[in-house]
Formats: sequence, structure tokens, C-alpha cells
Amino acid sequence: MNKIVKYIMLDILKSKVVIAYLVFLMVTGFSIFNLDENTSKGLISLLNIILFIVPLVCLIYATIYIFNSSEFIELLTAQPVSRKKLITSIYAGVVLSLTLAFLIGIGLPILLFTPDATGFIFLLAGILLTLIFTSLAFLGSIVTKDKAKGIGVAIFIWLFFTILYDGLLLLLMFQFGDYPIEKPLMILTTFNPVDLARILILIHTDYAALMGYTGALFNEFLGSQKGTITILLILLIWIIVPTMIAVRKFRKKDL
Amino acid sequence: MFSDSSVFFRQIAGRCFKNRKKFSIKSIKEGVAKAKPFDTLFIHSGLYKEQNILVEKTLSLIGVDNPVLDGENKFEVLTIDANSVLVTGLTIKNSGYSSMKDLAGIKVMNSRQFLIKNNTLINSYFAIHIANCDNFRIENNTIRGTPGTDEQSTGNAIHLWKCQYASIKNNDISGHRDGIYFEFVENSHIEKNNSYNNLRYGLHFMFSNKDSYIDNKFTDNGAGVAVMFSNHISMYYNLFSMNRGASAYGLLLKEISDGDIKDNMFENNTTGVLMEGTNRLHITKNSFYKNGYALRVQASCSNNTVHDNNFNGNTFDVATNGSLVLNNFDGNYWDKYEGYDLKRDGVGDVPYRPVSLFSMVTENIPIASIFIRSLIVFLLDRSEKIIPSIAPENLVDNKPLMKPVAL
Repeated sequence: MNKIVKYIMLDILKSKVVIAYLVFLMVTGFSIFNLDENTSKGLISLLNIILFIVPLVCLIYATIYIFNSSEFIELLTAQPVSRKKLITSIYAGVVLSLTLAFLIGIGLPILLFTPDATGFIFLLAGILLTLIFTSLAFLGSIVTKDKAKGIGVAIFIWLFFTILYDGLLLLLMFQFGDYPIEKPLMILTTFNPVDLARILILIHTDYAALMGYTGALFNEFLGSQKGTITILLILLIWIIVPTMIAVRKFRKKDL
Repeated sequence: MFSDSSVFFRQIAGRCFKNRKKFSIKSIKEGVAKAKPFDTLFIHSGLYKEQNILVEKTLSLIGVDNPVLDGENKFEVLTIDANSVLVTGLTIKNSGYSSMKDLAGIKVMNSRQFLIKNNTLINSYFAIHIANCDNFRIENNTIRGTPGTDEQSTGNAIHLWKCQYASIKNNDISGHRDGIYFEFVENSHIEKNNSYNNLRYGLHFMFSNKDSYIDNKFTDNGAGVAVMFSNHISMYYNLFSMNRGASAYGLLLKEISDGDIKDNMFENNTTGVLMEGTNRLHITKNSFYKNGYALRVQASCSNNTVHDNNFNGNTFDVATNGSLVLNNFDGNYWDKYEGYDLKRDGVGDVPYRPVSLFSMVTENIPIASIFIRSLIVFLLDRSEKIIPSIAPENLVDNKPLMKPVAL
């Protein structure tokens, strides 16, 4: 298994796409912090990168990688390796290289400019989103047959979680604004990993505004240690469940 | 500011009294009874449980080696009803609680020209209660209350009712209902106090005119400062920070007019300044940093001018609850401003609209605040900035500054 992970990571490094991703993250990271001496404003721009760019890159890159290396995967299935082991190693290889790129690309500017709890939460949220969207990409590309469809699914997943889902929730909120919708809305946000990551970061950056009216709910739940841990746990579920489904589907897939 | 020159003390002309142990007088009450006007009473260290000490003649009460006066949670400790009294160096604790009377650690009534200085008041209901007095100073006192669960369980730390020409300086106040409370107080001055962890307000004005407060710190109170039904209040160089909660504000302004808010710092508050029914206020050279809402201006405010302020890192810069805007917001620095300055005169060529669509939404549906920083909200705000439809059209800064104001 380690051999496959190692081989895949080397392969990815050779292709230079991940290197470009790393360089892009680092350049934007440094320029964001250098542009403004006000680091809180820089962190907000960084938030956008973590919430929107990271999922997009992970989805598209992982999908393309799987389809491009389909022949390689077929070859490996002929070897005495279980399919479960095979797909998890490929996943580990892709995820490790993407996480590494993110950690260096964003971690370095954060370490230099805001080495505090907020910066750490930003990194944590970014890593969790990398893991989640790579596993979603795996699921998407294992379920679909051809590359075009796979990329289509990946883009749809990205659009859905970053824009459409929140749009739907907003619509719901406007329609039922007169009812006590706080709890259902909070529960619904847990079905979107991007929202969860966003709230995790909000608690640390915009807490003052959140206290405005939803004080009770946010204070008792999200503002506390318990809330942060709950969000992290749900995000972990978001990693584990799609990966498990992907592994199961791959085991039965007719290659 | 107004009163410094008008407060003075007569030179001590009388005899000096000493009491306790090696001294002939054992209790403060006895000392007060034996003293003649203008005498000085030295109160030496020890624990004095003397119930209510009433001072009805001009005396100087000076604590030597930290004497402790205990009200045993039942009695008012020191009541003063005489002019030109000095109270200094005493530790007063456990004044009684009563929902009928305003029991206090030190109560002064109907008096003039007194000084309360360097005292420590612990676990009082009201700490220092002044009624119907003028020309006096309250300085360097340390006041520690025991905050109960609700606002009725504790009184105000420094409570002034119907006073004039007061000076309140360098006090350190925490754990009461209001740190400093002014009701019908005029021409008075509050300076360099530190008021924190109070249940309600750090400083509270009611029906008090022509007062000023300068260089104070208000941290982590229910609300930093509340100014209500007052006019001509000057507020300079104060720090309002960490006032957080559902109805917490750095500065709450309600039905006030002709005030001056200058050179203050508002940071990390849920709402920096809430304005309700205010008229002709000048808000200049303040710094708003990392607040949830920097300014919340209700539609009932008119003729206020907001200029030369810095808005940095706030979630929302300005929120309002209606479409009517009768205030002027020209000439501030907004970190969210994205315009350009082709003329190179330091003023942006495109107006800035500080009210975002989303702050209007959260005004109506509070739970919407969980969507802050969502991409869809960002897109909606963008389209609203280009074609304003919900945010009030007149709430606009026509001369946004390109660089922060040097403060």
C-alpha cells in the first residue's frame, strides 16, 4: 500500500499541476497579507480562497487524475492487491499531495503573518475541505463512466455546495422568516461542508456580529467548545462517508 | 473640566482626634459626636462595625493604615449631611441591601464642596451615592461589587442624582449594575475612570446635560456607555471594547442631541454605536475596529454628521432600519471601499454605500447572520452595490477617503 501511495505522489509531483496549485496559493497568500497591513481584512480574502478555490481545485484535479490514470488503475487491479487497498492508497496519494500543497502554500503566509488560533483554524478548515472534496471527487468519478460526465459532476458538486445550497437556504429563510426557523436552518447547514467550514471560521473572526441577535443559540452551542467539536465531528463524517461509499462502489465496479 | 477650579477645601482649623486602643476614643461614632466642626478625625486600622455613622458637621475623616468599616450586609455605612467633608483612606464593605432604600457604602446628601478620595468599597449595594449636591470630587476610589444574577440585585457604583459641578476621576469600578450613573446631573466631568464587568452600563446618563467624559475605559459591560434623554454631552478619547451580547453596545445613544463624539476607540463590540432618536451629533475622528456592526443608525435620527472616522475590519459598517436618512456620512475612511481616485486628491471618485444588502436582511431576519461571508451573500451584496434597491439610497458617503485618517 505504501508503495502505491509513494508512487502516486511522485507521479503527481511530476505532473506539476499540484506544484502550480502550491505556487498559486503561496503567491495569493503573501500578496493578500502584504497588500494590507490590516490582517483581519487579509484573513477574509483568505477565507474566500479556502472556501471556494480549495474545493474547486480538489474536485477537478482529483476527478481528472482518476480518469487519466484509469489504465494504470486497471493494470494495478491485475496485481495481487485488494481493490479496497488499491482505491484507498490512490485516495491517500492524491489527498496527501493536495494537503501538502495547501499546507505549504497557505500555511507559510499564515505562519508569518498571523500565527495565532485564528490562523490555525483557517488551516484546519482548509485541510478538512481538501479531504472532503477529494473524497467527493472520488465518489463522483467512480460512479460516472466517462471523463466528460465526471468533470460535469465535479463542477456541479462545487456549484451546489458553494452557491446553490446557500441560495436555497436563503430562499427558505425568506419564505419562512416569520416562523421559528433557527433550529431547522442550523441543522440544514450541517448538510453542507462548505457552510460548516465557514461557520467554524466565523466563530473565530466575526463572532461579535454573530452575537447580535442569535446570541442565545450561538452562545450556547456554536460559541462553546462543544460547538467547535461538533462541527469538526460532522466534517469528519463528511470525509468518511463519501470515501466509504466510493470504496464500496469501486469494489463492485466493472472497470 | 468645569469643576476643577470650583471645588476647594477649607484648611483644617480644628483639633485632631485619634481613636482606638491607645487612644481615648474607641469608635467612629464617638469621635464624630465629640468633634467640633472643622476637626480632623484620624481613623486607625481595625474593623469597625458601627452600623450607620451619620456625619452632620464639617469633618475630615482620614483612614490611617487601612481601617475597615463593615456594614454587616444590613446597614448603610457612612451617611454625610454636611458641607466640605473629606473622606479618605477607608475600606468600606458589606453595605446592606434594601429594595426600599438606596443603602450605600458612602452616602452624601444636600452638601457642597466635599472630597471622597482613595477609598476602597467592597460588596456594596450602592457604593457611593450622592444626592442633591454640588461642587465635589470623587477620586482614586476602588469599587468592587458583587454582581448578582439580575440588575435589581445590585446598585450603581457611583450614583449621582441632581448634582452639579462634580468631578469623577481615576476610579476603578467593577461588578455593579451601572459603573457610574448620572440622573439630573449638570456641568460635570468624568475622567480617566476604568469601568468594567458591570451588569448593565459602564456609564449611564439620564436627563443630564452639559457633561463631559474623557479618557475613560469601558470594557466588557452589558453596554459600555448609555446616554439617554440628555443634551450637550462631550465624549472624547474613550475606549469602548468587548461589550458583547444580544443587546450589547459600545455606546448607546437614545433621544440625545447636540453631543460631540470625538477621538474615541470602539473595538470588538457587537455594536459600536447605536443611535436612536438622536439629533445634531458630531461623530468625528473615531476608530471603529472589528465590531459586528460599527454604527447602527435608526431612521429616527436626524442632522447627525459622521466624518473623518476610520472603519476597519467591522463585519458590517452601518446598519439601519428604514429608508429615511437625514444624516450626513461624507468623508470617512472605509476599509471595504473599492473605488478609485483619478484626481489624486485623496477622496474617492465614486460614492461608497456603507449599508450592505445583507445587513438589511439580518435586521429583519436575525438568524440570517449565519450566512455572513457566504458566496451567495457576497454576490447579492455586489449586485445591490451596483443597483441599490433595498438599502436606503441616501445613506451614502459621497467623499470616501482613500487613506485612513491619522488619529
